[in-house]
Amino acid sequence: MNKSENMASSAQGRQLRTMDIVNRGLARRYRAERRFKRFGLSAILLSLAFLAVLFISIFANGYTAFQQTFIQLEVFLDPLKIDKEDLGSANYQGLVRESLAKTFPAVKNRADKRKLYGMVSSGASFDLRKFVQKNRHEIGNTIRIWVPADDDVDMLIKGHILRDVPESERRMDDTQIAWVDHFQHQLRIKQEFNMTFFTGGDSREPELAGIWGAVCGSLYTLLVTLCLSFPIGVATAIYLEEFAPTNRWTDVVEVNINNLAAVPSIVFGLLGLAVFLNFFGLPRSAPLVGGLVLTLMTLPTIIIAGRASLKSVPPSIREAALGIGASKTQMVAHHVLPLAMPGMLTGTIIGMAQALGETAPLLMIGMVAFIVDIPGGFTDPATVLPVQIFLWADSPERAFLEKTSAAIMVLLLFLVIMNGLAVVLRKKFERRW
Amino acid sequence: MRLLKVSKMQTVMDKGGNGGPPMPLKKMRKELVPRKERATIGQFEVENPRMSCRNVDVYYNHGEKKAINNINLDIGRNEVIAMIGPSGCGKSTFLRCLNRMNDTIDGCRVTGTITIDNKNIYGKDVDVVPLRAQVGMVFQKPNPFPKSIYDNIAYGPKIHGLVQNRDETDGLVEQSLRRAGLWKEVKDRLDQPGTGLSGGQQQRLCIARTIAVNPEVILMDEPCSALDPIATAIIEDLIDELKQDYAIAIVTHSMQQASRVSQRTAYFHLGDLIEVGPTDQIFLNPLHQLTEDYITGRFG
Repeated sequence: MNKSENMASSAQGRQLRTMDIVNRGLARRYRAERRFKRFGLSAILLSLAFLAVLFISIFANGYTAFQQTFIQLEVFLDPLKIDKEDLGSANYQGLVRESLAKTFPAVKNRADKRKLYGMVSSGASFDLRKFVQKNRHEIGNTIRIWVPADDDVDMLIKGHILRDVPESERRMDDTQIAWVDHFQHQLRIKQEFNMTFFTGGDSREPELAGIWGAVCGSLYTLLVTLCLSFPIGVATAIYLEEFAPTNRWTDVVEVNINNLAAVPSIVFGLLGLAVFLNFFGLPRSAPLVGGLVLTLMTLPTIIIAGRASLKSVPPSIREAALGIGASKTQMVAHHVLPLAMPGMLTGTIIGMAQALGETAPLLMIGMVAFIVDIPGGFTDPATVLPVQIFLWADSPERAFLEKTSAAIMVLLLFLVIMNGLAVVLRKKFERRW
Repeated sequence: MRLLKVSKMQTVMDKGGNGGPPMPLKKMRKELVPRKERATIGQFEVENPRMSCRNVDVYYNHGEKKAINNINLDIGRNEVIAMIGPSGCGKSTFLRCLNRMNDTIDGCRVTGTITIDNKNIYGKDVDVVPLRAQVGMVFQKPNPFPKSIYDNIAYGPKIHGLVQNRDETDGLVEQSLRRAGLWKEVKDRLDQPGTGLSGGQQQRLCIARTIAVNPEVILMDEPCSALDPIATAIIEDLIDELKQDYAIAIVTHSMQQASRVSQRTAYFHLGDLIEVGPTDQIFLNPLHQLTEDYITGRFG
């Protein structure tokens, strides 16, 4: 009895001491916890702030590119100068110039005239031709037509060319500004949504340049990439994960796939140049070759993501399938693959997003060329969105600056859509077990 | 002294067994086989066995580790044989040999002969797919497919071509669920996911899935270890009914369960089959010291 009492009290004493030690350390533990939380929170806030700065600067630079300045011209469609049988071949540029000269009859000097003709875009004559082809009954009348202004006029209207800097440092001299003011005074200058930016191909003239060519190029390239890398990647992942024996040979394969994921993308471009262009003789600048090169680049991502998602399928499902006599292929096709699909799709879309933003390997295979036409197929010369951004960022004209930012916005939009799609697909195919 | 109460006195089936009512313990007690003796004691053979294993060794890690050692055991027709023993003694490994589930483990090798109806299942020309249809398996953790209840049952018959049309499938699904005692509980929600059932129902669903393929032998690897006592009792009753049609080998950690459901019991220890015999005899009158230690709770 006595002994047990003693034991109880000593146990109590020991417990008290333990609690004292624990309590003493408690404050320090909570401090460390709070510090850790604050670190994490500030890291998130910092990265969000950087992201916000990025988006704000891009948007601030680029939103004006969605507007374009137009000038209204009064053009006399001289029946003597337009052949009614052959509307396409008339000298519309001459008509546009005539109209400008009529608006400012005081301009006689050759140099001034050239400046005057430069007020409207060189695309104005195409617009006029299109108008005449649509409205042939207007021939002989004087019509009013809105044509795109030159990029310098556009910049002036948007406030990117400042009037209060000395004339010698300005892109437009005082006479040109006076002409713009004259048009503005007569309400013959307006800003409208810039449709050309979304429907046109690249151009030397900023006011005529659009991203549709690059978007088409990107779509064709990504289509090739998707059609090749998804089946090949999924098949590789399934074989390595489900069927391959573990031996030195498969270890080598695995290590090399992981290495490939880390290879700088320009190396894939060099490989594409050497193999696809020089050895197989495929066309230069073609989305087909771009897609092949990007496939090589995306494959490791898809394989690694696919293997990870196959690995995460619980072994009990495999055992269940094998246990009732499913063959290995049936087990994979009926049970494992459906469960691994969301992860594989996510990996694929992330790989595709990577490919969409990739520039370096495409430079090596000639997709950096200046291409005006909208590509119509897989072997047409084309460029892609990030390369287009690179090309515009390299251009000296002030107007290309806003185009660059606008193109970045479009690229980011595509990336956001693709990542959103990944989330939606994952939610849709996700199954609980 | 005995911790165990043997609830059901089973009649002993094989002639090798020690027939008749158990004798009083004290009188039966004779010298036990010493612990270090590892040769199998008891009658491992039965007349006209369904499956028969001779000199089975299993190695893991490409031969580095020997998991079970020279096992000889027969599984009779329409009997439940229980395998008991401490963790890591190789009873699950042995069970998984019987339908070649060990093939899926990398570096696992099985030697010796295991026959089903006198045909060696480890023969060169044997296809594991029909074998596993013949020897079904129920796992420790209920593992229904993440599909509907209906599809869970219908999957096996479909891949084996046992059913030709929707009507036949419907019939087989109903029949299997009825035999597993699950039909009344799920007949109104066959299209709902099998994973939404309770643990006991899931395990019965897995048993129904196994018997839908109409195997000859059912292997059960601790089928009740994740279940509560009520679900366990239902499954034990089910096992009792199923033995009319199938040979059943069950691995269990619960000695009460072994004594309740089985007619024969095999005691494994560190990869050896120590003792095998009629369940009553193993529990009431073990011959080996290790068996005695284990079932009295002095060991493991």
